[in-house]
Amino acid sequence: MAYLELQGIHKHFGTVHTIRGIDLKIQQGEFVVFVGPSGCGKSTLLRLIAGLEVITDGSLTLDGRDITDAPSSKRDLAMVFQSYALYPHMSVYDNMSFALRLAKADPAVIREKVERAAKILNLTPYLQRTPKELSGGQRQRVAIGRAIVRSPKVFLFDEPLSNLDAALRGQTRVEIARLHRELGATTIYVTHDQVEAMTLADRVVVLRDGVIEQVGTPLELYDRPANQFVAQFIGTPQMNVVAAAQVPQLEDVCGLPVPAGGYVGLRPENLTLTAVGQGQFSGKVELVEALGAETLVYVSTEGGAQLVARQSTRTSLQAGHTVGVAVDADAAHLFDAQGRVTRTGASAALAGAA
Amino acid sequence: MARPAKFPLALVVRTVAAWAVTLLLFFPLGWLMLTAFKTEMQAIHVPPQFIFTPTLENFREVQVRSDYLLYAKNSVITSVLSTLLGLLLAAPAAYSMAFFRSKRTRDILMWMLSTKMMPAVGALVPIYVLAQQASLLDTQLALIIVFTLSNLPIMVWMLYSHFKDIPPEILEAARMDGATLWQEARLVLLPLGMGGLASTGLLCLVLSWNEAFWSLNLSSAKAGTLATLIASYSSPEGLFWAKLSAASLLAIAPIVVFGWFSQKQLVQGLTFGAVK
Amino acid sequence: MNRFLPRALMAPAVATLFLWMIVPLVMTLYFSVIRYNLMQPEQTGFIGLENFEYFVTDPSFGAAVGNTLLLLGSVIVITVGLGTGLALLIDAPFPGRGIVRLLLISPFFVMPTVNALLWKHMMMNPIYGVLAQVWKFFGATPVDWLTDFPLGSVIIMVAWQWLPFATLILMTALQSLNREQLEAARMDGATYLQQLRYMVLPHLARSMAVVVMIEMIFLLSVFAEIYTTTGGGPGDASTNVAFLIFKQALLNFDAGVASAGALFAVLLANVAAVFLIRLIGKNLD
Repeated sequence: MAYLELQGIHKHFGTVHTIRGIDLKIQQGEFVVFVGPSGCGKSTLLRLIAGLEVITDGSLTLDGRDITDAPSSKRDLAMVFQSYALYPHMSVYDNMSFALRLAKADPAVIREKVERAAKILNLTPYLQRTPKELSGGQRQRVAIGRAIVRSPKVFLFDEPLSNLDAALRGQTRVEIARLHRELGATTIYVTHDQVEAMTLADRVVVLRDGVIEQVGTPLELYDRPANQFVAQFIGTPQMNVVAAAQVPQLEDVCGLPVPAGGYVGLRPENLTLTAVGQGQFSGKVELVEALGAETLVYVSTEGGAQLVARQSTRTSLQAGHTVGVAVDADAAHLFDAQGRVTRTGASAALAGAA
Repeated sequence: MARPAKFPLALVVRTVAAWAVTLLLFFPLGWLMLTAFKTEMQAIHVPPQFIFTPTLENFREVQVRSDYLLYAKNSVITSVLSTLLGLLLAAPAAYSMAFFRSKRTRDILMWMLSTKMMPAVGALVPIYVLAQQASLLDTQLALIIVFTLSNLPIMVWMLYSHFKDIPPEILEAARMDGATLWQEARLVLLPLGMGGLASTGLLCLVLSWNEAFWSLNLSSAKAGTLATLIASYSSPEGLFWAKLSAASLLAIAPIVVFGWFSQKQLVQGLTFGAVK
Repeated sequence: MNRFLPRALMAPAVATLFLWMIVPLVMTLYFSVIRYNLMQPEQTGFIGLENFEYFVTDPSFGAAVGNTLLLLGSVIVITVGLGTGLALLIDAPFPGRGIVRLLLISPFFVMPTVNALLWKHMMMNPIYGVLAQVWKFFGATPVDWLTDFPLGSVIIMVAWQWLPFATLILMTALQSLNREQLEAARMDGATYLQQLRYMVLPHLARSMAVVVMIEMIFLLSVFAEIYTTTGGGPGDASTNVAFLIFKQALLNFDAGVASAGALFAVLLANVAAVFLIRLIGKNLD
């Protein structure tokens, strides 16, 4: 159905250069997530694709057709807004049928499509209600329904879950994944939450300051980050990144070839806590977070490094205890002074998957 | 507020005080209302009468003596038309400012409001001369133009703040659904903005109806509004209080009621939004 | 398309307002430096600042300025002072509060000429007026308001009309007062008067400033009341700057002098406007 290509996309807002050269190819049926810190330009990029902002430079092609200058109404894209943007003066049915009515479709066809979408989203009992009378989760489904009814070439989602409470968020995330499996539609999904990115995406696009830092499957980004930014953005808790000087044992004892002025990155699960004296170096426990299924231990070293270790067993360690730290040196990622990766860690998990 | 409101005595004191002050302040208006239904003799009766049999003869006489309906017609025509014209000019401007904001939007808005801050008397001579040259003295048209321009800044400002309250995503959603600009305006913006348009129109109606400065200076026998009619009662012959009251009551009643409905708009409009 | 449309939409309003501002201004500037009498329009010629001189040396000028300031000051003090008191009084709920609100704001919607005559005849008439009756009731001789206190009478009329405005603004501002702040103060031991002084009045200060500035701007142009009741007199006892200009223009038909006066009035108004603009500029976003 659709194949979306962005070439050399730039966007200037006055003198501010918000999007600085984006090249991206999206395959039909893919679920692509744009993720990044606030201000990285992910929403702007989405709006450029939608046609709600004008592309300053570059080209946008959809299914072979150049839509760079086409108005939003003619791009055959549907957007689910963060605030849902439902028409407050129309019923759910009218909200969902609006686009088709504008296109002067046959009322019978409209009815059939709306009812089908309503069934998929469990909205059938609410078709005659107005948005005022719906809960947040229901409104969100209407917003999605409005998009589904149009059978567009691409679905655009702008942080759809951020206005929902935590419980509903998890539930709706699962539903969106299910919808994608059922409908198989090409989807671009913007979020700042990397958990959503990891769980929903076929491919993730990490953005920072208007450029793409890395594109890949969620696990590719996790296991083989191209730079320090991506390494620390993906993964909770954040990857431990320390300057070589802070934990000199990493170079000396583990023999890691750290570039000058560079950094070492270790995921929390690559640190094991041992008795004092064992492991490559030692540290002091600052805080223990017992989450039930796993335990996080925050450790500080002599050199001033703050590390997090993750283990699946309970611990009797407490704040103030001294502890030894064992490092899986093979799993370490090495970054140079500019944050570029010089060596990617090869973790045991990867080895297992292969 | 800070007073222990659950204490019944404090509540009683407050209620009595509030009602006493209110009735005192409202008294002149209330007296006007009563006098409109009295005979002239009752109106000047010493001591003032509160109990009397009401009569409608004043309302009839006012029409006969001073052609009340003509002035009323002028008031209605000039207020309504200036309101409509104002909305026609203000709405697109407000829409543009609310949804296509630019760096200069704020400055333009401030400039518009500043034109309203200048005293009308400052433009008296030129406007009078222009009206005279264009043979527009004592015409409805002159009044309509002047009313419209006098109220335009406030109308733009009020419509702008109403439009700003409409989430722009809703209009964007309409665009994504395939609506042209005109469809967007007609099917989504208009229903949502109707409340703002109505309340702004109401406020403008009130302001135009009560407008006295230009009415007194630019119109007289033919295009005079109710404001000028009442002014002519300043010192006529004979007993006329009851008739004055009747004429006044008719002139102010609808507007006072409209005013009740547009309190909030008034605060926003006349303080140029400085008080929310 | 993207840049043309918004400008096109704004154009009618901006253009007409621009004309409304510029044309009278330019004409006024022109008239103020020429000799121009509406009854003898042929006799014209550049006379420099003579009109300004004439306006300023008019025996009524000093009185007019004084009266204007007096009117302004008195009405502002009365409306803000009483308005604050009223707003505080009806802030908390009590039976019939809705109706009280409606009754209180009604005077503001009465047209100025009705307002003027209502007071001139029904209230202030020295024989049959209500005030006269009240005075007699207490055994005092009734006051001939318009003759003995012309400016004072005008002040009463205008203040009565604008009191609801101040009250309404201050009521609205009071509603946005953070109640929790007051509760915290109460728990800290503050009495009602202390709460008033340290929390409520400072909160209201901004709105009071707005009321003062708005009234300054609109009250400069008080005209209808004077026209309808005292005609500026007796003498020039109740003439303000606006009425003086009117007298020159449409009673003396001296457009030149009137224009000079108009510029003076505009200057006065600008002083108030500058402050107000700065205040609302902050609010515009």
